[in-house]
Amino acid sequence: MSESFAAFLYLVSGVLFILALRGLSHPTTSRRGNVYGMVGMGIAILTTLALTTPSAGGIGLIIIGIAAGGGVGAYVARRIPMTAMPQLVAAFHSLVGLAAVLVAAAALYAPTSFGIGEIGDIHAQALIEMSIGVAIGAITFTGSIIAFLKLDGRMSGKPILLPMRHAVNAGIGIAIVVLVAVLVVSESTFVFWLIVILSLLLGVLIIIPIGGADMPVVVSMLNSYSGWAAAGIGFTVGNLALIITGALVGSSGAILSYIMCKGMNRSFISVILGGFGGETAAAGDDDMDRSVKLGSAEDAAFLMQNASKVIIVPGYGMAVAQAQHALRELADLLKENDVEVKYAIHPVAGRMPGHMNVLLAEANVPYDEVFELEDINSEFAQADVAYVIGANDVTNPAARDDPSSPIYGMPILDVDKAKTCLFVKRSLGSGYAGIDNTLFYKDGTMMLLGDAKKMTEDIVKSID
Amino acid sequence: MANSAVDKALDNLESAAEAVRQAVTDMPAVADAAGAAAHGASGGAIDPFIFRFAIFVLAIFVGYYVVWSVTPALHTPLMAVTNAISSVIVVGALLAVGISASGLATGFGFIALVLASVNIFGGFLVTQRMLAMYKKKEK
Repeated sequence: MSESFAAFLYLVSGVLFILALRGLSHPTTSRRGNVYGMVGMGIAILTTLALTTPSAGGIGLIIIGIAAGGGVGAYVARRIPMTAMPQLVAAFHSLVGLAAVLVAAAALYAPTSFGIGEIGDIHAQALIEMSIGVAIGAITFTGSIIAFLKLDGRMSGKPILLPMRHAVNAGIGIAIVVLVAVLVVSESTFVFWLIVILSLLLGVLIIIPIGGADMPVVVSMLNSYSGWAAAGIGFTVGNLALIITGALVGSSGAILSYIMCKGMNRSFISVILGGFGGETAAAGDDDMDRSVKLGSAEDAAFLMQNASKVIIVPGYGMAVAQAQHALRELADLLKENDVEVKYAIHPVAGRMPGHMNVLLAEANVPYDEVFELEDINSEFAQADVAYVIGANDVTNPAARDDPSSPIYGMPILDVDKAKTCLFVKRSLGSGYAGIDNTLFYKDGTMMLLGDAKKMTEDIVKSID
Repeated sequence: MANSAVDKALDNLESAAEAVRQAVTDMPAVADAAGAAAHGASGGAIDPFIFRFAIFVLAIFVGYYVVWSVTPALHTPLMAVTNAISSVIVVGALLAVGISASGLATGFGFIALVLASVNIFGGFLVTQRMLAMYKKKEK
């Protein structure tokens, strides 16, 4: 196969990847889009094989590698529970990062295979591109591992704040840039691995100060990084499919990070600098009425049965309690009683963008009953009941009314405007942001203390 | 003085118009020449990096507009599928394994190949599994 024809085929697979993302503009076209993506990947792999014509031993290794990796991937994809999706995505990011580092290493040790020169005489440009790819790849690798551990609960979600961390991070960043320059001049493998080690360290240091509540931003940001790392390698290899994909993934992750930051009314910089999500809120105002109205499952069932419109607001707590199926059952029962049921999703509900939507879809909630914040927020005023399950900070009226609140300005779901707000919660503690929710003390709020799943099931039983 | 300048400008305009007319009638020949010139230029003076970089920049813009049109309900599948497609980095791994020039490079390439394969299969299949769950209301 000629080089030009191969380049053309790589372009085709790049275009198919664009169509794969394009398909996600609507659930009905998304499945076809995913098929485009698979075809694009197939074309890229077959083109590379046809272009390189590997030896028999090489073919054997390739088949073993794809079978082993593919088997693990397929197994995980079938078995993983939907609630664990954020961890899974973080883990996948780390694999892309590590693969980028390894491909760059392979290119350094065998530059002729990649057409970037001879050992001892690799083109300077290729070395620069390679080191950008390798640095970002290594940061993505360790950063994603930390994100994975935090999301999976194997590491505390509390931010770990090291002293002088900004200075240390900046120092490491500068050291990496200097080492890249040294690598271009010397082409020393020692310097290459030094860059890798420093970048791995930087990845850990960047993510550990970021708290659990900021994880949606982190996951999106690492998504973006994995794209830029791929693009860096794409330039080294001179591969169009890789360059296009890197650009697509990089900008996709950046946009998601932006949407998440906007959903929290925080600047990207302040998220990256970290420290949020663990601070304890200042003592509450004493002039406020601190009494809380507690309710039972029977009270909730009565209120919901006699409502004409119920809006359900799910949050991360629903995912933790695996309450989505019970919730769907409740919604079905209410609909049989001629109650209108809708779902309202805050952009940063859950631990990754779109997390709640996937869980509701898993519980067979039709996607046309699920609405985004800006589409449904005006409807709370006409709703009889807002059923808040596992969400907290995204409903806190302080974000709207209290300029001294740390989350002031964050867009919230106006659940307090509904006639009654039923708030399911384990205890009266504060949310992930560590901020007291003034909603608890409002007249129209009834607190339902208990496990989200159990409470929902009890309400279902009381309606029967 | 001013008059002559205007006359001159008009003359220039006329000749330019004439050139355009000529160019339109000779379109195929001109296109050929332009192509050849561009080819000569790219083969000689312009680094192929510039073309790759141009594609990269344009792809960022395409990505920007395409991703903004993704419905928020599908943001999780979006992340899963971007993950899967960024594993096209497997082409680099295949080069390293396929053309075994050094033992180390083959080793690195092989590990990268396994990791990327996990991602390719895992990413596309988990996306497919998620997308299959999104259903419309049953009437």
